Amino acid sequence: MAARTLYEKLWSSHVVHEEADGTALIYIDRHLVHEVTSPQAFEGLKLAGRKPWRVSSIVATADHNTPTDHWERGIEDPVSRQQVETLDANMREIGSLAYFPFRDARQGIVHVIGPENGATLPGMTVVCGDSHTSTHGAFACLAHGIGTSEVEHVMATQCLLQKKSKTLLVRVDGQPGRGVSAKDIVLAIIGKIGTAGGTGYAIEFGGSAIRSLSMEGRMTVCNMAIEAGARAGMIGVDQTTIDYLKGRAFSPKGELWEQAVAYWRTLKSDDDAQFDKVVELDAADIQPQVTWGTSPEMVTTVDGRVPDPATVADPVRREGMERALKYMGLAPNTLITEIAVDQVFIGSCTNSRIEDLREAAAVAKGRKKAANVKRVLVVPGSGLVKRQAEEEGLHEIFMAADFEWREPGCSMCLAMNADRLEPGERCASTSNRNFEGRQGAGGRTHLVSPAMAAAAAVMGHFTDVRQLS
Amino acid sequence: MMNPFTQLDGLVAPLDRANVDTDAIIPKQFLKSIKRSGFGPNAFDEWRYLDVGQPGQDNSQRPLNPDFVLNQPRYQGAQILLTRDNFGCGSSREHAPWALEDFGLRVLIGPSFADIFFNNSFKNGLLPIRLDAAEVDELFLQCEANEGYRLAVDLAAQTVTRPDGKVIHFEVDAFRKECLLNGWDDIGLTLRHEDKIRAFEAQRRAQHPYYFA
Repeated sequence: MAARTLYEKLWSSHVVHEEADGTALIYIDRHLVHEVTSPQAFEGLKLAGRKPWRVSSIVATADHNTPTDHWERGIEDPVSRQQVETLDANMREIGSLAYFPFRDARQGIVHVIGPENGATLPGMTVVCGDSHTSTHGAFACLAHGIGTSEVEHVMATQCLLQKKSKTLLVRVDGQPGRGVSAKDIVLAIIGKIGTAGGTGYAIEFGGSAIRSLSMEGRMTVCNMAIEAGARAGMIGVDQTTIDYLKGRAFSPKGELWEQAVAYWRTLKSDDDAQFDKVVELDAADIQPQVTWGTSPEMVTTVDGRVPDPATVADPVRREGMERALKYMGLAPNTLITEIAVDQVFIGSCTNSRIEDLREAAAVAKGRKKAANVKRVLVVPGSGLVKRQAEEEGLHEIFMAADFEWREPGCSMCLAMNADRLEPGERCASTSNRNFEGRQGAGGRTHLVSPAMAAAAAVMGHFTDVRQLS
Repeated sequence: MMNPFTQLDGLVAPLDRANVDTDAIIPKQFLKSIKRSGFGPNAFDEWRYLDVGQPGQDNSQRPLNPDFVLNQPRYQGAQILLTRDNFGCGSSREHAPWALEDFGLRVLIGPSFADIFFNNSFKNGLLPIRLDAAEVDELFLQCEANEGYRLAVDLAAQTVTRPDGKVIHFEVDAFRKECLLNGWDDIGLTLRHEDKIRAFEAQRRAQHPYYFA
């Protein structure tokens, strides 16, 4: 058989039916559900008198709207509460493999709880009405975000209508320097290929620098595949993948585990597989990254400067940069390290796992929030992450530094709950999108790694974390 | 059943910026709705109004931003929007096409669209048309220079016709085209293959039982 990419293996093992123009019906193994993009799908199903096809494929949680403090008060915003209660009612009615409601010990961000419970397994197709579903590709899954009509379609048919993507290999070889994390790697990739660089492609991340990442780091990289325009990002199975999954709640056990592992080991691109496009980066060249604009591709290194639109010839790009700088309140050629921050957010499906919290805590330890920083939020990705962090004493480090230690949820990544920026406030954020208004109307977001966020919190401005440790 | 789309002769408005994300198309506070309709008054909310919008507000009382292109009198009633690269990037929220459709748009024309948004649009009777960047540039120039600028879009023929008579062909997947022309419900179509899905599922369960715990 001809050499195949991981994407081709995952695709071909899920095709149920193909139309003449290549549109295929793809079987879906895992359907992750949250409160924001599902109510209209449940309603559509009911109106049409349809039953869900296989409820044991569903893992659900409430994450986008939930508050991150004072859980004893419930959800005070009545509109948010109605959405969460609607999910409760829908899940009670149809059933699922697992539902982690608001305040459950295992509740959390949908892209954190899937993997940590072993509900995301190599070789699966994973969908969710959320663009950051690409996260699960870290486990050699074909995983992508879908719209609400597709949520309803998957519930009713266990399939998704899809056309095969082209394949893009992003190979990062070499040893990343000290202070350079998975977040810096993926921001550097987006800086290189642009936010539309992956449009129409499924991205596979490979190379020695990717292989050397933990599963947490790999999830950070795949999470932001969508910020490069690709619906799906993925990484082949190796021993790191298998070690992570062993013994998790929904991971197979005993003989089934052995059988699964034997199959999973085949889930990587063959050595001589051909990709439609290949992009290469040298990890040794990657420095800590900071975004300066309103698109994740507007990124530079911590020792860099805010770029000058006057040097750009293309008018659409130049005007985009000018608009971004105006929104961000930044002058061309400003040193990144001279930019002061008002708030810091450590959390989101990109960077809220235990390793991320450890990296932030290592910087915060023995230091204090800078006086000019109004608030530092640390929001663990799930109840399980929170518990583990507390067992390791990380919460004490954060609280001693005057950081706020919160309950799990999406929080200020998209500011659907009460955690948000005020107009004009500037934030160092470990989340994934620096769009206008993303963290609150008029808020200004700079994307960074957890260690760089902690460094900004204690210094009051962007600081090269390598100079702190 | 969704609204079918066949042809349209409509007023055109230009939105001359790249990387318009779905957070800009419909901000997060409006995603708390459990309905599919009513998002139009909040389409492009942060650009369109001078205040910060909240769900449930009477939007007719809010101060409009006179600098935002879609607020200009000449573009009122536009059904076709010219866009730049990577329109609809970011969040998968289908509230974005819901908002655009509810706002009155039926066609988007640009050099590229983000994948999830592109897909979501077809499910809601909103036709995104990809054209060469040079063609899109010309449409922007013509539209901005001529008040009342209209285009005729014919999905069956896969053409956009300019007022000067130039006919521009566009590509669209045959399957999506059929669905949109007929307003077919995807789920109904897929369930025609119910037996095939069941057979596939049974085989997968036998081969990979660990996915069916």
